[in-house]
Amino acid sequence: MATIELQKVEKKFGANHAVKPMDLTIADGEFVCLLGPSGCGKTTTLRMISGLEAVTAGKILLNGKNVTWSHPSERDIAFVFQFYALYPHLNVYDNIAFPLRAEGEKKEAVESRVNEVVDILRIEHLLKTKPGKLSGGDKQRVALARALVRRPAAFLMDEPLGALDAELREAMRAEIKQLHVAQNATTVYVTHDQVEAMALGDRIVVMSDAVVQQIGTPAEVYYDPANLFVANFIGSPGMNLIAGKLHDGRVQVAGGVDTIPVPVGYRNTLPAALNGAGDVTIGFRPESAILADDGDIAGEIYAVDMHGSYKLLHINIGNGATSGIVHVRADRMVTFPIGSAVRFSIDPKMMRFFDPQSKQAIQQEVTQ
Amino acid sequence: MTVSTQAQIQAAGQAQPQRKRRELSDRAIVNLFIWPTLILLIAWNFFPLIYSLFLSFTDYSAIANKPPQWVGFKNYADILTDTQMWKYFATTGRYALVTVGMQTILGFSLAVLVREKFRGSGLVTTLILIPMMLSPVVVGLFWKLMYNPSFGYFNFLLGFGNPVNAPDMLAGRFANVPVPNLALWAVALVDIWMWTPFVMLLVLSGLKAIPDYLYEAAAIDRASSWFQFWRITVPSVMPLLMIAILFRTIEAFKSFDLVMGMTGGGPGDQTELIAVNLYRQAFLGQWRTGRASALAYLILIIIIAISNLYIRYINKANED
Ligand SMILES: Nc1ncnc2c1ncn2[C@@H]1O[C@H](COP(=O)(O)OP(=O)(O)O)[C@@H](O)[C@H]1O
Ligand SMILES: [Mg+2]
Repeated sequence: MATIELQKVEKKFGANHAVKPMDLTIADGEFVCLLGPSGCGKTTTLRMISGLEAVTAGKILLNGKNVTWSHPSERDIAFVFQFYALYPHLNVYDNIAFPLRAEGEKKEAVESRVNEVVDILRIEHLLKTKPGKLSGGDKQRVALARALVRRPAAFLMDEPLGALDAELREAMRAEIKQLHVAQNATTVYVTHDQVEAMALGDRIVVMSDAVVQQIGTPAEVYYDPANLFVANFIGSPGMNLIAGKLHDGRVQVAGGVDTIPVPVGYRNTLPAALNGAGDVTIGFRPESAILADDGDIAGEIYAVDMHGSYKLLHINIGNGATSGIVHVRADRMVTFPIGSAVRFSIDPKMMRFFDPQSKQAIQQEVTQ
Repeated sequence: MTVSTQAQIQAAGQAQPQRKRRELSDRAIVNLFIWPTLILLIAWNFFPLIYSLFLSFTDYSAIANKPPQWVGFKNYADILTDTQMWKYFATTGRYALVTVGMQTILGFSLAVLVREKFRGSGLVTTLILIPMMLSPVVVGLFWKLMYNPSFGYFNFLLGFGNPVNAPDMLAGRFANVPVPNLALWAVALVDIWMWTPFVMLLVLSGLKAIPDYLYEAAAIDRASSWFQFWRITVPSVMPLLMIAILFRTIEAFKSFDLVMGMTGGGPGDQTELIAVNLYRQAFLGQWRTGRASALAYLILIIIIAISNLYIRYINKANED
């Protein structure tokens, strides 16, 4: 239905950048999540795509057509607002019918289209109700219905589930995913919840401080974060990041005697990237650590969280002067007394390296 | 506060049989506050209301030195069968319709204009509000001067130099030829001038309460400005507009000071609004207190009936 392309799009409020120049190409039917902490410019980006906010510089293309300076009504997009923005004086039916009536649709056409989306979202019983009397989840459904009813080329959603409680959020997440699968409409979805972004997005745009940090599939941003921010922000808890030093093809964890062999993919790139200095940040996911008596890294159990199907160990790998907690996933059946010594290795395939100066990831060499 | 807290503490510690000090119970405090107010209310509002209701069924005159004689519904019947009275009611209705109608249209338009922020919009808003802050008697007096056919500004601004072939608004004449209802519209114009700001003020506060995101949602929904105005702006402001209209309608039916100051009901009975006539019957030479009371009650009934229609509408709008 629609492709969306941002070329060097930026937004300044006064002297401050809300969004620094940003490039993004969204394919037809794609579900893209804008993810980042509050205040990083997600909403502003979405509002610029919709036309509710004028760009400071750059170009926005919709289906290849330059719409940078077009009014929102000329862009054929629907926007689901963070706090729904339902018309308070109109009942649910009239709210959903609003975009159709605004276009001067005939009464019968309005009725059949409204009934269609009302069916999809299962809100028949609410048609006569005013928004003020609806629950959060129902308001959200009505807002989605109003967006769907015009069959727009693209959907823009600003934290549509942000105001719902956790349980409902999960159910509505599934509904939105289902809707997307059924409609296959290009969707840009803003959220600060990385779980939501991972669950929904075909691709995720990770933003921080008005800057795009990484654009990639959920797997890419999870396993191959482009920089320390993404590594830390994605996953709960985020990637373990420990300081290390490279020498003689092995990495030494800061403060410790244990060394780790440099994984195959990094044998050449790591020394080249570090340029002789040797300081490096090692990253690994909690599930990429393997507990073993002859593990490369030694530590002490600091705390244990039971997560149901697994345990999350907080292991202090510091050595006297320094302290460093890493998270490691462990079997739920094994007991780990606090204070006891453990050793673990990192799955070499899952080990990542970052330049502590530039905070950027060090690339692996492409092996086939 | 402290007294009632102590009372509670004492109530809690029931074991102590004797009280050290005489204290007021909560109930006594409640009575202490409520009764003076109630008595004042009864003396000032309730008693005159009931007493005038009683008088409306008598032939009482405030200057006659004799007690009221019960005449039943005679006063009411007299008024309702008096064609002259019906004419005054009709004049009042016309006056109310025109003034409230114009105030609504103009007040709404002004509010929409003033809502937009422009340089000095605050000052303009304040200036527009001045007429309604003036005393009606003062307004009546200076409009009387403005309307003066020989030296008034009104004719001057309309471009009439010679008073002989110019309108004399308050006398209801144009170049000395009587124009029907001219004086009534002249007074209505002043009422409109004075009270349009009131409607504007209420509508303006309604407009300012409409959140921007509704217009953003409407822009996304591809609604034209016209569609947004009728489907968002007007319905959002409607409850406050209705309250403004309700207030103005009630005031229009009670209109007295402005008319009295400008024409005193004349020329002839052209501007004899019902409240002016009421005053005439009650005081000016006639002193028919009983009949005037009956008329006052009839006006009250009309106002209550009209208010009820509005209030029902407002409640219905708020309900669903
Ligand atoms: N209308 C505005 N005027 C001034 N600053 C704004 C405005 N809108 C947003 N900002 C600023 O731009 C930055 C990004 O805001 P926003 O896009 O809303 O972030 P997010 O949606 O990611 O939480 C914030 O620092 C915010 O304060
Ligand atoms: Mg936001």
